[in-house]
Amino acid sequence: MNIALIIIFAALILALFLGIQARKGKDMDMEQFAVGGRGFGTLFVFLLIAGEIYTTFTFLGGSGWAYSKGAAAYYVPAYIFLAYVLSYWFVPKIWRYSKENSIISQPDYFASKFNSKAMGMIVAVLGSLALVPYIVIQLKGLGIIVSEASYGAIPPVAASVIGAIVVTTYVMISGIHGSAWTAIIKDFLIIVVVIFLGLYIPFHYFGGIKPMFESVQSIKPEMLTLADQGLSQSWFISTVLLNAIGFYLLPQTFMVVLTSNGEKTLRKNAIVLPLYTLLLLFIFFIGFSAIIQIPGLQGADGDLSLLRLSVETFDPWIIGIIGAAGLLTALVPASVMLMAASVGLTNSFYKVLVPKASDKQLLVVSRIIIISLSIIALIITIKGGNALAILNIMSYSLIVQLAPGLFFTLSNNHWINKNGAIAGIIIGVLVVAYVTISGVKLSTFWPNVPHVINDISTGAIALMLNLCVTILVSFITKGEAVSGKFKKIKGASKVS
Amino acid sequence: MNYIKLLLLIPIIGFLGFLPYANKIEPYVLGMPFLLFWVALWMIVASITLFIVYRFDPENQGSDVK
Repeated sequence: MNIALIIIFAALILALFLGIQARKGKDMDMEQFAVGGRGFGTLFVFLLIAGEIYTTFTFLGGSGWAYSKGAAAYYVPAYIFLAYVLSYWFVPKIWRYSKENSIISQPDYFASKFNSKAMGMIVAVLGSLALVPYIVIQLKGLGIIVSEASYGAIPPVAASVIGAIVVTTYVMISGIHGSAWTAIIKDFLIIVVVIFLGLYIPFHYFGGIKPMFESVQSIKPEMLTLADQGLSQSWFISTVLLNAIGFYLLPQTFMVVLTSNGEKTLRKNAIVLPLYTLLLLFIFFIGFSAIIQIPGLQGADGDLSLLRLSVETFDPWIIGIIGAAGLLTALVPASVMLMAASVGLTNSFYKVLVPKASDKQLLVVSRIIIISLSIIALIITIKGGNALAILNIMSYSLIVQLAPGLFFTLSNNHWINKNGAIAGIIIGVLVVAYVTISGVKLSTFWPNVPHVINDISTGAIALMLNLCVTILVSFITKGEAVSGKFKKIKGASKVS
Repeated sequence: MNYIKLLLLIPIIGFLGFLPYANKIEPYVLGMPFLLFWVALWMIVASITLFIVYRFDPENQGSDVK
């Protein structure tokens, strides 16, 4: 057993311990389980929302994108900080409405706003469909990180299984409290590790940040700007806008918002969080350094650039700490995702089918769903396959289809109704699914379409159609309702 | 509607609107190629903008809704 493995294992035990002890002194009911009784202050809310910045995708994929695709990787911090800017405006409204109506999950929110149980069920299913691939990414990433950092002593599958058991255990016991407590050590570790690696590696190999970028410029200058087509500026802008809108629509982020103890907590967080995304720059420094130091990682192996370069650079005990940080970046987001999917399905699906279920029964059901989701995610993690890759691409595009339904109902006007919103969501989802699975682009239909338009992301196009359908159907069905009334009056006058 | 929140448009329009002019390597700023510096710059501007909006937003006067 090497020292790296011991450190990673210690981190795992610590996470499990913190996660379980988080339950102490809490009288567990659904509200406590899902949103911590709406009692989290600035720090916990910060850590949980920031948890979304440092997932395994960022840890592996952030450096991986910089390594294999260059500047296109900047889209990640770009959409995240813009999401925080937008959040200042609408997130407190969501919080207030949810507080007033005792809402503890995203599907509940939609069901209540549209006064439609069908809407709640659709959102619950859509949210879970979008979340499962995310959970799989975390488990997969966890497997990769632990197996690389243990120098191959633990195979990826074993690591994924152990990780899944730990996260499922503490989430079932402590609910969102478990996530919040483990988030504390996670963020502490990740800040230290990311800043250390992001500075040490460029200075060690190149003598500074600038010399590092200059050597990239001399070999592959195209990595430092956005391309003319493909991952171009119009791709960048449309993706950044779409993801910024989608960020707080992700079921797990939405639920974290509800844990807040007030609107001010959310606004204060919006101020600090953009600065926190600066930390992603250090991840990029590592990815760009790897272009020069360890060239030749092909395709998906680019995601290994951070770990491979670290293993070449450092002693095992530092690798252990990096591995521990990586492990925690998987556990914390995975735990919140499991919570969000299970609470949504319990409250807006199971409760509709079994309206008389008591709070105690709901807690049991949501725990059963958590176990089931973990098992499903584990099976997909181990088996892999095409379906996952496709779902993974679709996740954000799918979830963002909820945007018209959310934004048009923020203030209590009646511009759109449930018919319109549901029709819009269905159209949006179908377009995303069709385009992703069949791989068509706008140029398939209009061969002469300029690159600027052809590169616009699928989700953005689907969202436009969704928006049109939502407004159109709302307008038409509103008209029907009115003319229905009109007929009645007419009929009445005939009788008289 | 309080108009102070319109300031929130600055980081969105400023960052994405001028992106075509920022999509270049040189000049280097703070050791970073210009495009990367551009991204970093707007994160900081976003934070400052949010701070200003927070200070002057009438909704933040008085104690929080509990």
